[in-house]
Amino acid sequence: MEASKVIHAIYTDDDVLMSAVKKVKAEKHHIEEIYTPFPVHGLDKAMGLAPTRLAITSFLYGCLGLAVAITMMNFIMIEDWPQNIGGKPSFSFLENLPAFVPIMFEMTVFFAAHLMVITFYLRSRMWPFKNAENPDPRTTDDHFLMEIPVHNNEAALQELLQETGAVEINIVEKDAH
Amino acid sequence: MYTFSNKLKTFSIALIIIGLLGVGYGFMTSHKSFEEVETILAEEASHHGGHGEEAAHGEHAAETAHQDGAHEVVDAHKEHVEHVQHQMANRPWAALYVGAFFFFMIALGVLAFYAIQWASQAGWSPVLFRVMEAITAYVLPGGLIVLAIALASGTIGHYNLFIWMNPDVVAHDKLIQGKAGWLNIGMFALRGLIFIAGWALYRHFSRKFSLAQDNAEDDKNFKKSFRWAAAFLVFYIYSESMMSWDWIMSVDPHWFSTLFGWYVFASMFVSGITVIALITMYLKSKGLMEFVNDSHLHDLAKFMFAISIFWTYLWFSQFMLIWYSNIPEEVTYFITRINDYKLPFFGMLALNFIFPLLILMNSDYKRIPWFIVMAGVVILFGHYLDVFNMIMPATVGDRWFIGVPEIGAILLFAGLFMLVTFTALSKAPLLAKRNPFIKESENFHY
Repeated sequence: MEASKVIHAIYTDDDVLMSAVKKVKAEKHHIEEIYTPFPVHGLDKAMGLAPTRLAITSFLYGCLGLAVAITMMNFIMIEDWPQNIGGKPSFSFLENLPAFVPIMFEMTVFFAAHLMVITFYLRSRMWPFKNAENPDPRTTDDHFLMEIPVHNNEAALQELLQETGAVEINIVEKDAH
Repeated sequence: MYTFSNKLKTFSIALIIIGLLGVGYGFMTSHKSFEEVETILAEEASHHGGHGEEAAHGEHAAETAHQDGAHEVVDAHKEHVEHVQHQMANRPWAALYVGAFFFFMIALGVLAFYAIQWASQAGWSPVLFRVMEAITAYVLPGGLIVLAIALASGTIGHYNLFIWMNPDVVAHDKLIQGKAGWLNIGMFALRGLIFIAGWALYRHFSRKFSLAQDNAEDDKNFKKSFRWAAAFLVFYIYSESMMSWDWIMSVDPHWFSTLFGWYVFASMFVSGITVIALITMYLKSKGLMEFVNDSHLHDLAKFMFAISIFWTYLWFSQFMLIWYSNIPEEVTYFITRINDYKLPFFGMLALNFIFPLLILMNSDYKRIPWFIVMAGVVILFGHYLDVFNMIMPATVGDRWFIGVPEIGAILLFAGLFMLVTFTALSKAPLLAKRNPFIKESENFHY
């Protein structure tokens, strides 16, 4: 149920925004999106957004990196060509383990960090040459914008948002993107 | 105000008495005669198919081969039995010393943590100051006990902990002679007293200012605390490092490591933070610290997690550098540990690293008391093993066991530690008043 019309309420203060979000949520209106120039602490909780699972993916990527490092060095140093290099014991992986730990550590961190960042970009749809989805350029500077879909309740919504201290309320036809 | 309940007091006194009995038992049964040790060794040899005895003889025979050829076997046997006899006699001393040092290092670690909270003007921790102050009350008695045991082992005992205290050993040992300028009993005692005096002075004054701040009109005491903390941290990092050379590294006077001081520091720091968390949770469960919320616990658990990893980093850095270059004079330290202490040596890695890493990684788990208690108990046991691994191989060698003398020492010092800590806890209100950061700390949430 894609609403063609949305209402844009603009605020100039993050505290006012927070109380507005709580009020709008209490009136059981769906908030489509909020645009802010900086992170507002507690906004996700007030909006009722689900917690991120990015940390869990990062842990799994780290495990993958560790597995890659172990498999790689076990094959190269122990199985494929177990040379005697400076008297290091290359008879089994465990015997030469301390020498592999720095690489195992770095690979774990490398995989955990980079794959998590890439996951973040994919999930939040960010890439070079992407068209910015910015309904109002002032939201990158000092204004906060709350977007609420309109379902034949224009007047009621407008009144409610006025009460919450919005400095500007616009009704916008949303173009499909 | 906290009142030291009679139940807990009785419990800690009971621990002390049971511990004393265990320690006494250890001392009574450890002095075996030459013949007794000979029979024990013969029995062990027959149990193990004679391998141990023969291998040991072979080593000693090789060492003494260049000496008198005719008496070689007899000498080697006598030397071996005397060696084992000495190791057996060392065990109650070493067990007592490990227990004493472990509980002392908790208090000293908390003192460093406490000073860091003041110097960094942390906004989250002032509600925990009284718990930290109570634990650090054990620094003075604990430090004196450790030093007293160390000195007694060289004066009353038969050089049971530090072989450099034995003039006979030094007379035949060029390496120790070279270190005699540092390693002699007089200087050892003097340095120890200076360290303990410095720590105890800081603890005395910081506690005094902290209590004075409760009823003050201005923040004068707070500023004094801040300056004392900054000065103490400078003193601490030098004295702690030298203390670790004196009290721990010198049990192996032929061995040296440059990051040893840091390594001991990490161990005491993480055990100290763990004990802060455990005592705080205990008091909170009694309803005495309502101002402590789960965000405070979360922060403590984060410290436990991070410092556990820091400890592992130092442990591994020390181990890997020595393993990699494999220089004989350094690597013997780890060879004896891996050969004779395989389970405690690698077991502590599982307890101090892998367990806290997996348990305390999740942010939600760090707010659940029983998770922190579980991780805390494991971390404390792991760091007891750490001290055990540092002292025992040099004193009792492969004659180690965690039996009556070791557990007795743990109970004895656990009881003493509890008695001192909870007595200090009952001397002042549990919430510091008028600390400039106390409001922020009470409302702290993460």
